Amino acid sequence: MSLPLQLNIPTTTDDVWSVAQLSASVKRLIEGHPAPVWVRGEVLQCKVWSSGHWYFTLRDKKSQVRCCLFGLNAARAGKPPADGTEVYVLGRPVLYEEKGEFQLVVSRILPTSAVGRQQQELERVRAALHQDGLFDPARKRKLPSYASTIALVTSPDGAAIHDVVTVTRKRWPCARILVIGAKVQGEGAVEELVQALRMVNRLPNVDLCIVGRGGGAREDLAAFNSEAVCRALAEVRVPTISAVGHEIDVSLTDLVADWRAATPSAAAELAVADRRDVLRLIDDLSLRLASGLSGRTRLVSERLQRTADRLQSRIEAACYTRRDSLDRMAAQLEALSPLKVLGRGYAVPVSPEGKVLKRQADFLPDQRFELRVVDGSVQARVE
Amino acid sequence: MSRKNAEPETVSFGPELSRLEEIVRELESEDLELDEALRLFEEGVSRLRAARERLAQAELKVQAVLQEAGGDIRLKDLGG
Repeated sequence: MSLPLQLNIPTTTDDVWSVAQLSASVKRLIEGHPAPVWVRGEVLQCKVWSSGHWYFTLRDKKSQVRCCLFGLNAARAGKPPADGTEVYVLGRPVLYEEKGEFQLVVSRILPTSAVGRQQQELERVRAALHQDGLFDPARKRKLPSYASTIALVTSPDGAAIHDVVTVTRKRWPCARILVIGAKVQGEGAVEELVQALRMVNRLPNVDLCIVGRGGGAREDLAAFNSEAVCRALAEVRVPTISAVGHEIDVSLTDLVADWRAATPSAAAELAVADRRDVLRLIDDLSLRLASGLSGRTRLVSERLQRTADRLQSRIEAACYTRRDSLDRMAAQLEALSPLKVLGRGYAVPVSPEGKVLKRQADFLPDQRFELRVVDGSVQARVE
Repeated sequence: MSRKNAEPETVSFGPELSRLEEIVRELESEDLELDEALRLFEEGVSRLRAARERLAQAELKVQAVLQEAGGDIRLKDLGG
């Protein structure tokens, strides 16, 4: 039995890929990596194009990878590194399909030596602020329950304004937001943030201050770790919320501020009350007010009733006492009544003028008088 | 809208609500004359109405703080 002949060539039934299909498949594989990664290596042949983009090779002892840094990120990175500079780059692997080339699209590039210096500076500032008690929990102020004017220190064209405004409008539209613009990264950011924070103290009626910037990818936090900004923040006279929009690292302003929020939206939620909660509170107060008054009137009417009852029983008692004494007085009167005496056979002589004649001298000769007896009177004359 | 007109919107709810709490607590207490209770009730009703209206009508105000050359502060409406 002979083996079947194997030509090892594609047949019409085999699935043949186009180059584009292959590239797309590899691209999915490479670019499936979810988040940018930090890579350490040595820079080689950094070229700056007229578009502002940088292209360079990053290598270590075993491998190398092509890197590109697009305009905006390149502008922020400062000077292009010289050959052999050791750097950290933050990048995302991509497949450049036209050339079939695997690249790293870099968003940040930091010389390792600078990182070391930054770390040292961060530790120095942290220690100095700690020494001066700026992280002291006892310094932390409470946020006002119903803040109405909020100072917002942030980049005038960043996402933070939009986020704070959106959340505040939804929760507490009676508020007023005063935006104090400042650069939040790059050259001049420290000075502008310090100036903006000082401005907060010059504004009247501010209830609290949010300092922050929009979230997103890891970016330069240096300004929010600077000693000057931290000290200016500590001097803000109203309660402060730091919202640097960074989930992973904590900036020093987060430690100095009275409150820390992960994002500007979260800061706005901390800053203002929720209208719905307050409406519920108002409903509750209305109910209590109404029942308070009706309880009060019920008490009063009960008290009135009790008073009326007491009054009536007083009057009755008084009437009874009066009647009693009337009876007694009537009996006394009865006992004293002259008619009673007359009944026993006495008679009272009365002159025509109506005067009772009591003594001999009252009787003049021939005088007429009247004798009152029990059942009437008798005319008489002195002999 | 001029700045003057905008000021009442920023009256804080804090003291307002504490006053209302106080009124209700007084009204709920035992020893209170009827005329005083009525007076408190009226005050409470008008404050509650005002608070409701303010919550219903309020529109968030967003202003940029600008510093003039002379150092004066100027507020510019950002329209929210």
